[in-house]
Amino acid sequence: MEKLIDMYDVVKTFPGVRALDGAKIDLYEGEVHVLMGENGAGKSTFMKVLTGIYKKNEGTIKYLGEDLNVNSPKEAEKIGISIIYQEFNLLPHLTVAENIFIAKEPTNSFGLINYKKMNDDARLILKNLNLDIEPETKVSELKVGHQQMVEIAKATSVKAKVLIMDEPTAALTEKEIKELFKVIKDLRSKGVGIIYISHRMEELKYIADRITVMRDGKYIDTMKYKETSIDEIIEKMVGRSLGGQYPERLKVQDEVILEIKNMNKKNVVSNISFNLRKGEILGFAGLMGAGRTEVAKLLFGYDKMDSGEIILEGKSIKITSPIEAIKNKIVYLTEDRKKDGIFAEMSVEDNIMVSNLDIASKKFSFYDSKQGQKICKKSILSLNIKTPSLEQKIKNLSGGNQQKVILARWTSQDQKVLIIDEPTRGIDVGAKKEIYYLMKNLAAKGVSIIMISSELPEVLGMSDRVIVMKEGTIAKILDNNESLTQEKIMHYATS
Amino acid sequence: MEIVQEQKEKQFKKMNLNSLGKQELVTFISLVLLIIFFSVTSEYFLSLANFLTIGLQTSIIGIIALGMTFVIITSGIDLSVGSIVAFSGIVIGFSLKFGLPIPIAIIIGLMAGTMIGFLNGFLIVKGKLPPFIATLGMMMSLRGLTLALTNGIAISGFDYNFSKFAGGKFLGIPNPLIYFLLLGILVGIVLKFTKIGKHTYALGSNEEAAKLSGVNVNKIKYFAYGLTGFLCAFSGAILTSRLISAQPTEGMGYEMDVIAAVIIGGSSLSGGVGTILGTIIGAFIMSVLKNGLNMLDVSGFWQQVIIGIVVLGAVWLDKRKSK
Repeated sequence: MEKLIDMYDVVKTFPGVRALDGAKIDLYEGEVHVLMGENGAGKSTFMKVLTGIYKKNEGTIKYLGEDLNVNSPKEAEKIGISIIYQEFNLLPHLTVAENIFIAKEPTNSFGLINYKKMNDDARLILKNLNLDIEPETKVSELKVGHQQMVEIAKATSVKAKVLIMDEPTAALTEKEIKELFKVIKDLRSKGVGIIYISHRMEELKYIADRITVMRDGKYIDTMKYKETSIDEIIEKMVGRSLGGQYPERLKVQDEVILEIKNMNKKNVVSNISFNLRKGEILGFAGLMGAGRTEVAKLLFGYDKMDSGEIILEGKSIKITSPIEAIKNKIVYLTEDRKKDGIFAEMSVEDNIMVSNLDIASKKFSFYDSKQGQKICKKSILSLNIKTPSLEQKIKNLSGGNQQKVILARWTSQDQKVLIIDEPTRGIDVGAKKEIYYLMKNLAAKGVSIIMISSELPEVLGMSDRVIVMKEGTIAKILDNNESLTQEKIMHYATS
Repeated sequence: MEIVQEQKEKQFKKMNLNSLGKQELVTFISLVLLIIFFSVTSEYFLSLANFLTIGLQTSIIGIIALGMTFVIITSGIDLSVGSIVAFSGIVIGFSLKFGLPIPIAIIIGLMAGTMIGFLNGFLIVKGKLPPFIATLGMMMSLRGLTLALTNGIAISGFDYNFSKFAGGKFLGIPNPLIYFLLLGILVGIVLKFTKIGKHTYALGSNEEAAKLSGVNVNKIKYFAYGLTGFLCAFSGAILTSRLISAQPTEGMGYEMDVIAAVIIGGSSLSGGVGTILGTIIGAFIMSVLKNGLNMLDVSGFWQQVIIGIVVLGAVWLDKRKSK
């Protein structure tokens, strides 16, 4: 068997973070090599170095025995290395065939696009993957699972020798996942080497040949799937017993602070009813697209519900905008920090104070900068935010510190309900633990927390109760006692 | 523990000073260099009289640019400024002709401009139109309305006292320059030190995040466009007073000069970045350039070429700086 890829001693640094620190992986023909690690372990960064999105600072990358030096995914694709990203990169208004052949459209002798050839070729590619998708359909009309398949068709249309898949199942239903695995096995039997990034244990038994574990940007170990166990892999992923990662659970008070009754929004969520107790951490689990974030946005007034009732401390309230939610002391930390959490170009101080100007104001709503800085400094100390100054632009901070700044934005004033969407996404392991303890401290002070998370260990480690959502509804509300397992949650989330 | 705390305090203070006005410093140095250059190359340039002329020339565009800075920081744009200048000018003209006292006529003109600004805000907030489109439409239809109301003919024959509004001097300084600097200080304080200002930056930096942080983004947009409308009307009043007539074609092409001044002053069209001081310096750079090139007998055509290149250079420098 030919060795396709050989990468070792790879180092990649970003301002303030050593994202890769001696990463290593190799790949043979006709093999599925699963790259595992917790969020923030550096898996995606590692693959972005391979495909030329990031430049490595140090290390060796060999492809077919020779040093590889590509500057963009397009260059990588030309020589046979294709990548399918975590986020979709399809153009929704174009057809399936147009997406597959984007920037490499077949042309006729006038230089115009030969649509017939393009559609025929696309049909053939889809057929080879055993996919029942019409090449002339617009991508926006396809189901999520099929869109994922189109990504694969696109990647394989260039005769890829190496295919990199970055958490391809994150958005898929169980049935779609099975279909995907069939396609993967098929590609493997044709000699394609696949690097498969995942942190889902249950997928390994279907596809894994070898497994490489990364942690904190470092190479940990490579194992043959048949010679290892799930326990061994988890141990290597977390590098310590899980016990210390999560703070001890507290006794939750009986007082119900928030009650949601029959919340509906057409085509988004239906019949959402639950309650939240004082000082409770209520976990929301489910697949991507199950409606968890949507519930949060309705509750926060960012989106309008069609019907339903919100009862806060026994009083029915109407929330039609984030401003009103905040007035009622219900606040929301979004899942995508970069997109709708931070003000990248603004200072740490401004990022904290933007929602707290009312407690740092003089006459005529003049900003009281002395008071503002006092508030910020207090948060910086109590949340252990690492920043050289209050003037520092938030974009220069690490993910974990950015998250703490946003947490400071909301905890500078007393809150009743804190909704945290993916509290530790893109955060290194050390900071994760800090965030968990900060959350627990808040809960101990009587703040009720709704925690939306796609990481089941986190859900199990932090929640007092777990709400499992599926396709816009609540599938099950579970008490988090010893008998609750990841498998049980997944069962309700998928079946 | 105490010492660590103290060190931290010191660090905070140091960073504060370092970051103070770095953005404006580059533009200010450019302005000084320009002035030195023209002083050396032209014997007429360096005189108090000429500087006051430059100040007068700067004030019309500069006053509008103060509002445009707000708009551009929200990542918006206002193309209708020239039309608002003309429209509020003729509103003042009609009011004077109608026999209203001068201060009342000016106030009505200012209100008219502000209302048009709010209307822009309405189209953008409620109509959900992109600012470029909303204000492009406003620019064209308001110009048309102004021409239609006047039949394309200037309104003139006002009370001579009206000319004192812009023609007067205070301590030897022309009134418009004083208005410009006073308005600049006022608007600058609002942008830098108040909640509205802070929220303006937040909105331009990341609109989604601003909404989710409880910023009333609609209010901020109304404020930015309303303020711009008001300031356009102010410039319109100055122009009408200086010409002692209200011209329906007044202010054509102003939008480009105003945007150029704001951009040279360091604001970013993608929003979230910009200062009033920067804009004031940017406006002065524009008029020093025009004035100096005139003194050097450079033709109007070549002046346009040079100013265009300055705008490109300013943005290019800014991009390099931020890298």
